[in-house]
Amino acid sequence: MPSRREALSSSARLATLLSLAGLMPSLALSREGAYGAAFEAHSLAELTRALGVQAPIESREMLLQAPDMAENGSAVQLTASTTAGGIKRLLLLVEKNPNLLAALIELSDAVEPSVTTRVKMQQSSRVFAVGLTLDGRCLFAQKEVKVTLGGCAA
Amino acid sequence: MAEPTKIRAQLTTSGPTGASNGVPTGSPNSALVRILMNHDMETGLRSDASGKTIPARFIQTVAIRHLEKTVMTLHFGPAISKNPFFQFTLRNARAGEKISVQWTDNRGETRSDEAIIA
Repeated sequence: MPSRREALSSSARLATLLSLAGLMPSLALSREGAYGAAFEAHSLAELTRALGVQAPIESREMLLQAPDMAENGSAVQLTASTTAGGIKRLLLLVEKNPNLLAALIELSDAVEPSVTTRVKMQQSSRVFAVGLTLDGRCLFAQKEVKVTLGGCAA
Repeated sequence: MAEPTKIRAQLTTSGPTGASNGVPTGSPNSALVRILMNHDMETGLRSDASGKTIPARFIQTVAIRHLEKTVMTLHFGPAISKNPFFQFTLRNARAGEKISVQWTDNRGETRSDEAIIA
């Protein structure tokens, strides 16, 4: 029966070996805190778990502006905004991208809760605008965007 | 060396004279801020002509400051388009005030630029 100390040191050795073998994520690419896991999430459930927020609720207080059809998936303009009070973070998600989360924006009282940016889309997909309140409520709006030419190669 | 970030910040609620809508010149207004960062935003999923994977290189965080105070922090994944565009509206802005944008990518490269609200 190995002692706790031995077990810990052998697991550290294993981690070193794995990282040398390229099997562990490179430290240079790691992101701090909960956002690291959030950017790795592949589903809405994984994302809300990584961020420690409640189950997402579709809400008319969240607004998402996106084109019905995008000819070029390498730059699809999305606008997320909200009329709900107390939204502290806005997220933009693309369901069928390799990773769900495209951007997470921390707001303050000094800005309007409305942001616009451009994302890459691999294929036609649902996109989501998500708003998170300080007390962990998670509201979202969604829209289907058809992509003619995928943005994977961009 | 990364190219400069283009930043344009314009007051939205008063005309050039500052009094066209009855708002006295110099009083706080909203400013529309548009930012264009110069960055390749490599996903790490593409290969070059020889079939070798091009390593991921993308902006991870962007700090936006107004009057030296952080008003917004952006966290990007590799799905943000090449040469990232970002737009928002700043409250309580006055002409002549400074706005700065500092990005940091996943390799630790960083660049800071500023603009004056017009």
